[in-house]
Amino acid sequence: MKYTDRFRKVTVLGAGGKMGGGILQLIATEICNLALAHGKGGQPFQLIALDVSAEALRGVRDYLRTQVRRVAEKQIVQLRQWYDDRDDLIENWEIIERYISDVMKIVETSTSMDAAKGSTLVFEAVSENPGLKVKLIREIEEHGDGKTWYLTNTSSIPIRELDEAAGLNGRIIGFHFYNPPAVQKLVELITGEGTDPHLKEFSHQLAGALHKKVVPAKDIAGFIGNGHFMREILFGAEQAEKLANDHPLHQALYMVDLVTREWMVRPMGIFQLTDYVGLDVCQNIMKVMDPHMERESLHCELIDRLLEQGVRGGQHPNGSQKDGIFSYEKGKINGVYDPGTRKYILVDKVESATTTILGSFPAGHTPWKEIIRDPLKGEKLESYFSNLRALNSAGARMAVDYGENSGKIGQLLVDMSVADSEKDVNTVLLTGFFHAYGPINEYFN
Amino acid sequence: MRRKVYMTAGYNTISMGTGRKEFHPKKPRPGLEDYFREAGQGTLAMIGGGSHVDECVVGNFMAGRFVRQAHLNAFFPMIDKNLRFKPATRVEGACASGGLALLSGIRSVLAGTADVVLALGIEVQNSVKAVYGADFLALAGWFPNRKQGHAFFFPGQFSDRTQAYNDAWGKEKTRLALARWYRNAIENARLCTTAQEYANSTEDLEALGMTEPDAKSFTPCLNVMDCSKVSDGASAIAILSEEGLHRTGIDSADAVEISGFGHAVEDITLPPTDPLELSTIKTAASRAMGAAGITIEDLATVETHDCFTIAGILGVEALGLAEKGKGTDFVLEGHTSRDGKIPFNTTGGLIGWGHPTGATGVHMAVTIWEQLCGKAGQAQINIPAEQPYGLSMNMGGDDKTAVSIVYKKIT
Repeated sequence: MKYTDRFRKVTVLGAGGKMGGGILQLIATEICNLALAHGKGGQPFQLIALDVSAEALRGVRDYLRTQVRRVAEKQIVQLRQWYDDRDDLIENWEIIERYISDVMKIVETSTSMDAAKGSTLVFEAVSENPGLKVKLIREIEEHGDGKTWYLTNTSSIPIRELDEAAGLNGRIIGFHFYNPPAVQKLVELITGEGTDPHLKEFSHQLAGALHKKVVPAKDIAGFIGNGHFMREILFGAEQAEKLANDHPLHQALYMVDLVTREWMVRPMGIFQLTDYVGLDVCQNIMKVMDPHMERESLHCELIDRLLEQGVRGGQHPNGSQKDGIFSYEKGKINGVYDPGTRKYILVDKVESATTTILGSFPAGHTPWKEIIRDPLKGEKLESYFSNLRALNSAGARMAVDYGENSGKIGQLLVDMSVADSEKDVNTVLLTGFFHAYGPINEYFN
Repeated sequence: MRRKVYMTAGYNTISMGTGRKEFHPKKPRPGLEDYFREAGQGTLAMIGGGSHVDECVVGNFMAGRFVRQAHLNAFFPMIDKNLRFKPATRVEGACASGGLALLSGIRSVLAGTADVVLALGIEVQNSVKAVYGADFLALAGWFPNRKQGHAFFFPGQFSDRTQAYNDAWGKEKTRLALARWYRNAIENARLCTTAQEYANSTEDLEALGMTEPDAKSFTPCLNVMDCSKVSDGASAIAILSEEGLHRTGIDSADAVEISGFGHAVEDITLPPTDPLELSTIKTAASRAMGAAGITIEDLATVETHDCFTIAGILGVEALGLAEKGKGTDFVLEGHTSRDGKIPFNTTGGLIGWGHPTGATGVHMAVTIWEQLCGKAGQAQINIPAEQPYGLSMNMGGDDKTAVSIVYKKIT
């Protein structure tokens, strides 16, 4: 089957979710582009957006319309060529409106698994639950011709397990987008032991068409991204618990987050990132990973405790941040959760104590937002981290420990062969997590 | 000129758009009314208010689509109650609308039907994204050509001219000259606080200007640095007779004399007869100099319509400063830069100062008035006593409407 023919009937499972919605957008525009580029008269393409929630699907149609407009505006030069034969479409806005409606026409929403029957290609983006994933795949397989290919967006479950449990004989591959899929350039590609080489080849072709950067990861639970992230949560929690011996826990959480953001020159601190992903999602990922790790326990008591108290994080359907370890106003942290009183304490109240305890920034500190596009990034970071190492404040020591540990995790992923190289680990953190520098570096030696 | 005509009291608002520090596409900005008021009142304040004005004229290209507002001449009484019930006209000739507003005022003064005319040019274009703005700007061309035209239309037209220039005279030198034109424009804009590129801090401008054009994302022969900006802004100036100068109490040292003008139009339905030449601009400029009885040797400065860098080069040739194909050498030898033989676009031109389309023609007049009267501040160039003239060339569409004016320093 040719690349284009693979898209005859595509299903996105979990299209109402934040990952599924983004994947739906990418695939819908890719299909529309194929249809336009290959001319009219061919077999029509079908794209099924499947989700349990009808409401989420309605939301995703609105999201799709807005996103597709942006795509259309950017590729107007190309679109004018594709719609060259349409004499009724003259001005840019007419062509853009037409493209949006052509993309929307391809997408059919459904809450019934029956709609997925006969799919040539399935993108799976339901929640990180192996049982659920296998159940849904099996339902599609029951009515299928045994030729359907599955691209799963799992961020932690070994592909081999899904393959065996669903009886796919290699018709599944890990195609792990980063959030939001339409923006993030990274795709972790996870080939299971028996994955069909044609499927792998197709996946590379698709990633190329979507302008994604592919990093191959070995089929070991958590892969590279979460392999690194989950272990960092554990280390951050450990640091916070240690600090909590001398300070209130909420103060400790705030300090660790601040050090892992500002002192480490990262876009988010470790607990803000945990909120962004969702504490429940993180707990789930650890549960999936833990049984596969012989020498470690991937289990975070702090997260369990917070979840028991109803602290979850994650995002509202409109993409805004829900309260978690922190409370947020317009996406910015304005309070930190105090497990003792079960209330959020305003940041203003913990800030001054924080500065006293941690000490002031080392010389040469540049915020992440600025350093990320600074042509002298390398030199500036070099000098900043050398100043950091020379300091003996609590903040500097925490940052150095955290940086060293981050490097060790990166190295572990290479040693376990999860990643092919140090470079691949760094690429995932640079591209998928927007870090300004990779975890495997010379800054903390 | 059958009667003496002067200009004075020029005023430019900021050219607002990307590049300005206060510009944010998603935040509220001044609107059409604000720019109208600021520029109009700016000029009126210098001539003693609306009671001194006999007639008003506004040049605007496409407010009807950009901000869904037509009938702009009726905004004059809004800015000064003394303008109620006075005659006011709106003129349109694409990007030469500002130049047409000036001519309308000059003609009224020449006809003796007005002694003081308030001329204003205005455009607000950041109301929509550039991809939609291109639809509106494309109406400066013949609509039946729109379908086959480039997505951004005019960049496509001038890319075609660049292609012809590359083919005829060599691509390498052309690109170097376009990059130099860009550098001159930005360096001049850095000297003018109202310029859109005032805060541009790029170190190696010429290297940036050398960026290889990409047909896939933009056009085959022009990069985005080669293009003027999407701008909001307005400019105003007063056009007066001797009697008008007297009435407003303006010192002649604060005014320039209009020595001549040229106005030419070519068939919008036809492609350029020679893509290597701005024939209409050439005709208008030569008429203006003829009317003024001067040659290029008499000019201290020129404001040319560099909507694209290539139009800058072609403008140099149209004026007769260089033969066809030699405009690039003229620019590369530094003759058009601010310390060169004949400084062009001393506050950045359309590339550096900005291009609020309907305002541009008036902005050119304001800039030359400032230069000849020694009011250009940091951007001031030397005006030699034996070269007391400045010239502007304002173009509508792809060389379809041309307005050229010769200004003289009063000594």
